[in-house]
Amino acid sequence: MSATNPSTHHTSTIGAIGAPSRRNTELALLVFAVAIPVFAYANVGLAINGQVPTGLMGYGIGLGLLAAVGHLVVRKLAPYADPLLLPLATLLNGLGLVFIWRLDQSERLQQLAERQYGVFSPSAPNQLMYSAAGIALFVAVLFVLKDHRILQRYTYISMVAALVLLLLPLVPGLGANVFGAKIWISVGGFSIQPGEFAKIILAVFFSGYLMVKRDALALASRRFMGLYLPRGRDLGPIITIWAVSLLILIFENDLGTSLLFFGMFVIMLYVATERTSWIVIGLLMSAAGAVGVASFASHVQARVDAWLDPFACYDTSNACQQIGQSIMSFGSGGVLGTGLGQGNSDLIGFAANSDFIFATVGEELGLAGVMAFLLLYALIIERGVRTALAARDPFGKLFAVGLSGAFALQIFVVAGGVMGLIPLTGMTMPFLAAGGSSVIANWALIGILIRISDTARRPAPTPASNPDAEMTQVVRP
Amino acid sequence: MSELTLTVMRLGFLAVLWLFVIVAVQVIRSDLFGTRVTQRGSRREAARPQQAARQAAPPQQRQQSGGGRQRRNAPTKLVVTEGTLTGTTVALQSQTITLGRAHDSTIVLDDDYASSRHARIYPDRDGQWIVEDLGSTNGTYLDRTRLTTPTPIPLGAPIRIGKTVIELRK
Repeated sequence: MSATNPSTHHTSTIGAIGAPSRRNTELALLVFAVAIPVFAYANVGLAINGQVPTGLMGYGIGLGLLAAVGHLVVRKLAPYADPLLLPLATLLNGLGLVFIWRLDQSERLQQLAERQYGVFSPSAPNQLMYSAAGIALFVAVLFVLKDHRILQRYTYISMVAALVLLLLPLVPGLGANVFGAKIWISVGGFSIQPGEFAKIILAVFFSGYLMVKRDALALASRRFMGLYLPRGRDLGPIITIWAVSLLILIFENDLGTSLLFFGMFVIMLYVATERTSWIVIGLLMSAAGAVGVASFASHVQARVDAWLDPFACYDTSNACQQIGQSIMSFGSGGVLGTGLGQGNSDLIGFAANSDFIFATVGEELGLAGVMAFLLLYALIIERGVRTALAARDPFGKLFAVGLSGAFALQIFVVAGGVMGLIPLTGMTMPFLAAGGSSVIANWALIGILIRISDTARRPAPTPASNPDAEMTQVVRP
Repeated sequence: MSELTLTVMRLGFLAVLWLFVIVAVQVIRSDLFGTRVTQRGSRREAARPQQAARQAAPPQQRQQSGGGRQRRNAPTKLVVTEGTLTGTTVALQSQTITLGRAHDSTIVLDDDYASSRHARIYPDRDGQWIVEDLGSTNGTYLDRTRLTTPTPIPLGAPIRIGKTVIELRK
């Protein structure tokens, strides 16, 4: 800025966007985000045992350490990243740990586990370990991925990798059939849900592919009844993805995973082409596929029955009983809830701390708590979409939209399933539910979003002022 | 544990949870990208971030009152007369105005024919405003001629960048 005018009266500078790094805001929010779960932990202990739990210090220090590591790495490696993503994820993860620990204290669930497996092992310590692994992967993502555009090179490799991950549970001897759904693999005593990782890798493929093809998909179309209909041959990709997601539905019996992948593709297609017709086509195709499969796959059929009227088959079917218990928990929570540690959501029994953990939130924190949780998730999604808007490269834009879209769909599928809005599927609430794969994969997802937002918000270097130009005499005509 | 303590904790926890949500929303509010207008001189005002990222128009277009070298016919504002940003005005206050697609330009052009750092407009020592093309792909035109060197801008002469036309006005 050359200030040639000596007058200093009311000189206002219309500066460039001086985006501050906002790391201190993040630190303050993080302190808050660690303090809330510690308060919740003390509250649960007081409500159940009448005393502050002995592990309070250890738990608080553990969560604080994880948050501190995350914060320091972001400060060092992604200084301009969005200040909200890390605190929001930390808060959800911390509260998830509290809810899992709270369900560990339930005698009903302890007896159930002893009856089924002969031994009860608490899930909270495992979950804390998985959270640490998740933060480690988060750190690794920030260390390894210096620029998200590198991933663009691996477009087709990631397609193959994602397909392999999706099909792994079908490999005999490796895949594990857990209560009908075949979405786990077991390796050396650990069971892994490859679909959680596949969603990130698929987002790489979709954004790399759509970035190249979006003009063809957007421009070549006919107008029909107010909609731009694509040409027949351009329907190829969407039909392929649709077929793959149907195959997942049929062979792995998992509505959630297949809905997640197809939905993510439709969202990204819409964002890449700005054509509403893709959403209409996508909705019609997924509705047709779901109805078609539900009419002849018995596992899906049972879940649809449980969704339509859980109390009709309450005494005969386990699935109906779970949904019924879950709906009753939400109902008995009311507006303000029964208070942490004072609900009876453990009546849900099996999967109370994984698929159904949101019912515990609904009962013990009530509508007010459920809305706060949904808003916390919505804020993560909003920051992801905001990152996409701020990103300058088309690949980064699509990638950020794809990741936030997948995150949003997953929350819709789980929360909707637990509340009886849609048929229940075997997916987990990100960060909240017990389950290693989910926590680890979602921390990686947050890491990638932080990397993209750092690139997007980094102030551009000022154009080098050319000293020659300043010195050159202007020749007036 | 007494019933009262538990009730207070239950409501307190909900309050704290919502407080976090509200604080997060406040952070978003203050985080919106925008043009920062810094007031200097006789009255110092705190920097105030503006919401609109694109319209870089300052809220007040105060004329420069002082300045001995200020010439009688000096332009006071830059007006966009054609293109998507039509109607945007930027007060000329002796600092460089950058134009281009880069989001940190003073005037962000949403135009396929504009380069990310397309041109800049700055005052020389006499207060004469100069337009300079920053090596753009499609060029900057003053009236009908493509710019090759930094050129003084006559009052009211159209400067064309892609589909956008700007001119200097009194």
